[in-house]
Amino acid sequence: MMRHVISIKDFSRDTIDGILDRAAELESIASGGSSNILSGRILATLFYEPSTRTRLSFDSAMKRLGGNVIDFGSIEVSSIAKGENLADTISVLSGYADAIVLRHPREGAARMASEFSSVPVINAGDGAGQHPTQTLLDLYTIRKESKLNGVKIALVGDLKYGRTVHSLAHALSMYNSEMYLVSPEQLKMPDSIKDDLTKSGTKIIETTNIDDAIGVVDVLYLTRIQKERFPDPAEYQMVAGSYKVTKDTLKEVKDDLIIMHPLPRVNEIDSDVDSTRHAVYFRQSFYGVPVRMAILSMVMA
Amino acid sequence: MTVQSKELRVRRIKNGTVIDHITAGQALTVLRILGITGQSDEVVSVVMNVSDRKKDIVKIEDRELDPEEVDTIALISPDATINIIRDYKVAEKHEVILPQHIEGVVRCMNPNCITNTDEPALAGFEISRGKGVELRCVYCGKVITDQIADFLI
Repeated sequence: MMRHVISIKDFSRDTIDGILDRAAELESIASGGSSNILSGRILATLFYEPSTRTRLSFDSAMKRLGGNVIDFGSIEVSSIAKGENLADTISVLSGYADAIVLRHPREGAARMASEFSSVPVINAGDGAGQHPTQTLLDLYTIRKESKLNGVKIALVGDLKYGRTVHSLAHALSMYNSEMYLVSPEQLKMPDSIKDDLTKSGTKIIETTNIDDAIGVVDVLYLTRIQKERFPDPAEYQMVAGSYKVTKDTLKEVKDDLIIMHPLPRVNEIDSDVDSTRHAVYFRQSFYGVPVRMAILSMVMA
Repeated sequence: MTVQSKELRVRRIKNGTVIDHITAGQALTVLRILGITGQSDEVVSVVMNVSDRKKDIVKIEDRELDPEEVDTIALISPDATINIIRDYKVAEKHEVILPQHIEGVVRCMNPNCITNTDEPALAGFEISRGKGVELRCVYCGKVITDQIADFLI
């Protein structure tokens, strides 16, 4: 049985497949249905950083399963503002709920919380660290909309600081994937991660030019390039512009190419792409609900 | 001549611990790992950069270090040997063994790691040997490689 959900690195491929299978079973309930799988159970959400999307999708997942959600509320008016540490907050909260969803600005916060909690802790993002439910919903999207085993994927954008792509790359290395790492020179994937990928037998191709990848991949995974990573705004404009996907850039792609994005997007994808068959990013964000339902039902079973 | 000058430098001790074959230049870091600051009562001799072998030696009188305590030395000096001396004789001799896990010895180099806050999370690392010794923080996953001595607590 799963207890805490802290990092995708704690999961074997079998465990991941089990979660994705469960999510597939629950998907019909996620889209407009209801159930009493977790009736009488209480989920606590504890967000030290704003994240409406992730919080609401956990909220929705728990309610679709017939459970209740309590929210710690804004940290300005809570005991945290009085200086209570995370460990104490978790100890208290685990007496009020059957599981805790935590987002915190410090790396490793969720791991520590799991040591102080008497109920399962689900990491909803710890600083620049892990965000395992995002990775699982990305895997679910790839499995559902394309193929997961042996997928050819291009990870595009900020590969240096983007935790989403680091965790996804790690998870995909368990699925015989081939990866195109597309980023500007100054935002390349860290060597430590590339080493891990290579050791796992994943074929990686690094490039700064999105055209090297776009015609051959099954999945185009785009991420934001943040302005503050560039000292020179003009350079940012040029680099960001070169990775922008429009209807025009999609002329020479595979018929069944899917385009993913963790959202919110800024200007990585032109809105004229939304109506093409390639665009799956809104469905991807919906899949966060069945995947989180699967996780909640598994940790509270 | 060599023997004589060596004896002058490092007198034999009656009881205690001799740490030999320390990577040259690392003796002071070894003392830091052992928590020997000069504030305690032990008589300590330190010999650095011994010319013929290019190594450091540390002698601690009247204190027998326990193996777990000394294994941490392997982080910065993997070839060190530990000699327990009783009545001028080597009573026990062992090599340091790189531990698989350490706690409370090194702090995480990631300033944003939860262990670098007031939270009750004691810095812990999984240890592996790649090109050198690698410490992976059990909380944030950050890996420390060649600057371990800089992060000793």
